[in-house]
Amino acid sequence: MGIFEAMLLTIITAATPLVLAAIGELVTERSGVLNLGVEGMMVMGAACGFIATQVTGSPYIGILAGIAAGALFSLLFGFLTLTLVANQVATGLALTILGLGVSSMIAEPYLGQSGIKLPQIVFPVLSDIPFLGPVLFKQDLIFYLSIALVAGVNWFLFKSRAGLKLRSVGDSHASAHALGINVIRTRYLAVMFGGACAGLAGAQLSLVYTPQWAENMSAGRGWIALALVVFASWRPWRIVAGGYLFGAVSISQLYAQAFGIGIPSQFLSALPYLATIIVLILISHNRRMTLINTPASLGKSFVPDR
Amino acid sequence: MSAEGQPANSLLLAVGQLTKLFGTFAACNGINLDIRPGEIHALLGENGAGKSTLVKMLFGVLAPTSGQIVWQGQPVRITSPSAARKLGIGMVFQHFSLFEALTVAENIALSMDPGVSLAKIAKEASDLSHAYGLPLDPHAHVADLSVGERQRIEIVRALLQNPKLIILDEPTSVLTPQEADRLFETLNKLKAEGRSVLYISHRLEEVQRICDRATVLRHGKVTGACDPRQETPSSLARMMVGSDVAHVSAEGTNSKGTVKLEARHLSAAARTPFAVALKNICLKVHAGEVLAIAGVAGNGQGELFDALSGEYPVASDDVILISDKPVGTRGINARRLMGASFVPEERHGHAAVSALSLSDNLILARSQSDRRAFLGGGPLGLIRQDAVKMAAKRISSAMDVRKSGENPPAGSLSGGNLQKFIVGRELDRQPTVLIVNQPTWGVDAGAASRIRQALVDLAKSGSAVLVISQDLDEIFEVATEIAVISEGKLSDIYPASELSREKIGLLMGGMYGKTETAETAHAH
Repeated sequence: MGIFEAMLLTIITAATPLVLAAIGELVTERSGVLNLGVEGMMVMGAACGFIATQVTGSPYIGILAGIAAGALFSLLFGFLTLTLVANQVATGLALTILGLGVSSMIAEPYLGQSGIKLPQIVFPVLSDIPFLGPVLFKQDLIFYLSIALVAGVNWFLFKSRAGLKLRSVGDSHASAHALGINVIRTRYLAVMFGGACAGLAGAQLSLVYTPQWAENMSAGRGWIALALVVFASWRPWRIVAGGYLFGAVSISQLYAQAFGIGIPSQFLSALPYLATIIVLILISHNRRMTLINTPASLGKSFVPDR
Repeated sequence: MSAEGQPANSLLLAVGQLTKLFGTFAACNGINLDIRPGEIHALLGENGAGKSTLVKMLFGVLAPTSGQIVWQGQPVRITSPSAARKLGIGMVFQHFSLFEALTVAENIALSMDPGVSLAKIAKEASDLSHAYGLPLDPHAHVADLSVGERQRIEIVRALLQNPKLIILDEPTSVLTPQEADRLFETLNKLKAEGRSVLYISHRLEEVQRICDRATVLRHGKVTGACDPRQETPSSLARMMVGSDVAHVSAEGTNSKGTVKLEARHLSAAARTPFAVALKNICLKVHAGEVLAIAGVAGNGQGELFDALSGEYPVASDDVILISDKPVGTRGINARRLMGASFVPEERHGHAAVSALSLSDNLILARSQSDRRAFLGGGPLGLIRQDAVKMAAKRISSAMDVRKSGENPPAGSLSGGNLQKFIVGRELDRQPTVLIVNQPTWGVDAGAASRIRQALVDLAKSGSAVLVISQDLDEIFEVATEIAVISEGKLSDIYPASELSREKIGLLMGGMYGKTETAETAHAH
């Protein structure tokens, strides 16, 4: 296995949680809800996924637990912001802080335990293709899921009627309500999808990336995922491109250290955010593109006047 | 149509004692309304009369507090817009319920049966729009379309449901006269097919032209049901307003004085892709004149106002002159100090800060130009609250501003009353030049006539007034001179007496230069 191939494999492992969390947040934001609690939902997914795996011995149950934890945690956000109409930004930040605290508390007994790594699923024949085979067809379930989810979300948003409704809610919730679309229910579902994806991303961290539990193990990836959604200008496939780019940047820190290249690691870890700022500038420069891609109701609370 | 004494079950829609309470406030109070098959029925009333609340209940957007709705002889409860659509009620909203980020076909698909494919919807929409003379490209993004085109989407969307009743909320408020004529043809086609139209408007002339019957609302109650063709505009206005609307008198405004406001070959590039560039605009407003600039929204009115007011100063000084002094590069306050006053289009967030009280809004606008009156403490610039409150009170009583409490937040006033306060705030300075953009947009008839009269009176007292407006009735009421703006270019200035609505309509469509050439071009 060449060094390049090894690098690619580590990049995939680093990029997968970013892609997962970002694709979920993309759906949430496309419905007009800004959930800044990705980091919190992710770390809850990591903790619950790890605990469930340790208790049952099955990392697949761990995956389910991670998804459920993220979705349930996002339900709290949904209840506060959609039903009680609390401020989305403040609630999202609170969710992150709460998630970091609760996960540390519940997973405390599992600190330092060595976990069970999610097994690879090897596609016969395909995985024998030189170079591409091991990279694409000798991966764990969560990697395959991440790609399938992006494809599914892309199809759902732009080809299905339900996706059209979701986009309409994000574009103008008052108009959507006037058309008889249930704005609040749509947003609940979108928020929970975002939570489930963030939970799955967290489970990837504690079951694949480093199969053990450490406090605050999401380590800012939730924030990178949030930046990634903007970087992708709310288009699903760009999440994959951006996710792998950001993943490569974070891995390059390790390689830069290993090979003694004198780029400060702080600069490299700041790169994703720098890239996001540049993309933001580019998007806001083109107003038409902003109008067509940015959910116009993003972050605005909806109260039906019935 | 002689349908007097028809049995109730041959009515398409009968509304009985429909009431909607918001808290203790009755937006609609015991409304009775019936609509026959194949008629165009007008719903007349001022802003806040309860028209929109009523139709929202008919379309299932709002739930009635009490009363009943009978549809084709059957009592019904309309719980949602999709329930209304199932019954056969279609609606075209005043503030379009369109999604800018979506295409025309996607917008239409949202209100259709989910089983139908997007391609089929696009095809049907395109066919239907051509059949009714409302051409539409189903794959265009709404963000790229004009207001008239957006309204077509709404109409086509309603028609695709094959409705028996179509509700149109103030449909012509955004259209050119020619576009409106086209809409009326479509409505007559619908009527000929046996469909009914509920036509909401406060434009009496239109109602008389196309409607078979009218129901008039005031303060949430029905104040009249009539055949509009048997009424005069003033009798209809009386039902709407409750008393005779003061007639604006523009007499004696035509004594030309010196030039107070001038633009010389004013050009300005568009600041955003959606803005309009100003192209070589020349205008002069003399003392004692009211120059009205007509035009369809989005043709450079806002940009012209920004340049003239100094909100966005232009590159060179001598393209804009106030009282013969070049001011092109100067900002708003510099121009205000020279005796000019400005009233922008948006009341909330531009002309006034909604959350601040009236007196705070007054001091925000006039802290520089009336520094001596309102600020004390020398360089400290302490606000003299008493003087400011006195002035706010003076303005409120001069303009008949109705408000709750002594000094309420601007946002708590109705649109008409806030607009009266904002115009009054500027008039109170006795400006030599006043520039107003859309002075009575969304303002009820009583307040509108009060504001218009104030503009005319200011000109009479020797000031120069520039009014930018989309409302032709308003323009003919106040203007001594009229010009038309279209795609950032200004037509010649004509004396108001020399222009007809038709000519203005042609100018709005961009037929420039001499009107004769425009007419010959039109004749071909």
